[in-house]
Amino acid sequence: MTGLAAEPIAASAPVISVDGLVKTFTVGEVKVRALRGISLDVQRGEFIAVTGPSGSGKSTLMHILGCLDRPTSGRYLLDGQDVSRLSKDALAEVRNQKIGFVFQGFNLLARTTALDNVELPLLYSGSGPRAADRRARAREALTLVGLADRMDHKPNQLSGGQQQRVAIARALITNPTILLADEPTGNLDTRTSVEIMAVFQRLNRERGITILLITHERDIAEYAGRIVTCRDGQIVSDHPVRHRRVAVEELRALPENPL
Amino acid sequence: MTFRIAFKALGRNKLRTGLTTLGMIIGVAAVITLVAMGHGAQSLVEDQIKGAGTNMITVNAGNFTMGGVRLGSGASSSLTADDADAIRAEIPGVQFVAAGTLLRAQVVSGNQNWYTRVQGTDVDLPLIRSWATRTGSFFGTQDVASAAKVAVLGVTVNQQLFGPDADSVGQVIRIRNQPFKVVGVMASKGQGMGEDMDDQILVPYTTVQKKLLGITHVHSITVSAGAASETKRTADAIAILLRTRHKIVPGQEDDFMIRTLEEMADMRTQAMGTMTTLLAGIAGVSLIVGGIGIMNIMLVSVTERTREIGLRMAIGAKSRDVLLQFLVEAVTLSLIGGGMGIAVGFGLAEAMSRWMSWPAKVPPDAVAMAFGFAAATGIFFGFYPAQKAARLDPIEALRFE
Repeated sequence: MTGLAAEPIAASAPVISVDGLVKTFTVGEVKVRALRGISLDVQRGEFIAVTGPSGSGKSTLMHILGCLDRPTSGRYLLDGQDVSRLSKDALAEVRNQKIGFVFQGFNLLARTTALDNVELPLLYSGSGPRAADRRARAREALTLVGLADRMDHKPNQLSGGQQQRVAIARALITNPTILLADEPTGNLDTRTSVEIMAVFQRLNRERGITILLITHERDIAEYAGRIVTCRDGQIVSDHPVRHRRVAVEELRALPENPL
Repeated sequence: MTFRIAFKALGRNKLRTGLTTLGMIIGVAAVITLVAMGHGAQSLVEDQIKGAGTNMITVNAGNFTMGGVRLGSGASSSLTADDADAIRAEIPGVQFVAAGTLLRAQVVSGNQNWYTRVQGTDVDLPLIRSWATRTGSFFGTQDVASAAKVAVLGVTVNQQLFGPDADSVGQVIRIRNQPFKVVGVMASKGQGMGEDMDDQILVPYTTVQKKLLGITHVHSITVSAGAASETKRTADAIAILLRTRHKIVPGQEDDFMIRTLEEMADMRTQAMGTMTTLLAGIAGVSLIVGGIGIMNIMLVSVTERTREIGLRMAIGAKSRDVLLQFLVEAVTLSLIGGGMGIAVGFGLAEAMSRWMSWPAKVPPDAVAMAFGFAAATGIFFGFYPAQKAARLDPIEALRFE
């Protein structure tokens, strides 16, 4: 595998370890088997893309991996902790502490500054840091995604790419074990998409942040180090990317977006 | 932390917050103002009673029902001045007694005339009513004994016949074509127990009996007990005495009617209280309407912010956090409304007493009540929307368009 930061415990303790994950939905009389036994290990510091057509179960997998939902059966160890049978409130706490979400639609609070948006997860951590400390961490996170000069801007004053960076900063502020990005480029144009992927690649390379990227776009998946393909609720392929794309290099070749 | 989140959320939509609050403001202000008006009116009555003296007892001739025939007070001719003397002589604890006779007449002075009450009374009346003359003096025992044609005017009568602030002592007025010499003008007393105390002429009761009406009985006897606490006992003693004197056998109804001022006052205060409660109740309805307004806006808000709720849950908000956030938002709305409503209510009450000479007084417990009710409304009407928000599934909420 290429482009991974050196992590001493990587080999011994996977960040995510799922085994025989099954999820069945009951829609009226019909039982829909969204996941039919998925097993997957993600090592610390990995950048992994989960891809597949719609209906392949990748969204359901994302929801379970993101602790938004519980599997019907199977085991899910997150950072060594079994989270497959936790209560709703316990799951909320796990999400707060260990998972950073980046969504397709950014999901920023309107009429709220970038700083306040980024601070939000800290407001929900039980023994949250003090106000001044929260500010400092939010500034740090925004600087990390290259928005040091936009901290007091509100979402409607930011471009799509900038909004998504705010969302990434928000996901990073709690120092999560894993960054979960659900179609993060779905609402963005090509160049902005590459810019966002550049941010992810840099965070992964420089900070060793584990990233799980859900996408149905093959070319976006190729920015990751490993691609897992789902189909009909099962993993049909799982292999490293042979010719990994490097977003920073591609950006040089792409024309600037007209402002 | 929840409070911070809720306040920020409210601050994001100021127009809506303001409009929703308006419902509560109107409701609370209405309750406060109406209660203040009722309270003011009540205290006015109480003041009047204190002014009149709570130890006053009136005996009216006749009863509302006598032998099945319904009659008004004053319809019987069995009450006499001798009864008044007997009350004075035989009942311990009686302080002052004044027999009374009454007619309404057109009084004339020069080219002015005025239709008013001519109250025949005794020398004790100013003492019973603790009522002084403004100019001149009240008539004396000699005048009563000789049925003298002397008159003491109330200020309204004095004003109508002679002009404001005129000193009419020594002037002559005509009642039923008979000349009366004005010996005094009473000080202003205002409204007292349903009648304008200033709009009457006081003359010796004997004069009314002999010179104006040609009767031998009296219409009423006004008595004052030695102390306010003695009033009830004295009134009972008078009833027994009069029944004996009028030879009323047990089982037969009284041919007189005894009222203590306290009773009358109680009745009026009670009526006033009922009125206040009624008005406050009606105003309370507007509070509920305000509450429904809050619920409505909170429901809209929950739907509108479904994605926000989903996001908050995704980044670690528990159901309880979301529930509390929306509950705090609702309660904050109602409390801001309540607080401002109290301020507006105070303003209206103040304006009432200043420009409409209605002594509106805001009772402290009404403020506490209105504020508490506003908070309760917020919790009650905020709970359902908050619960709806808290029960959302984060996955569904995030997908909501």
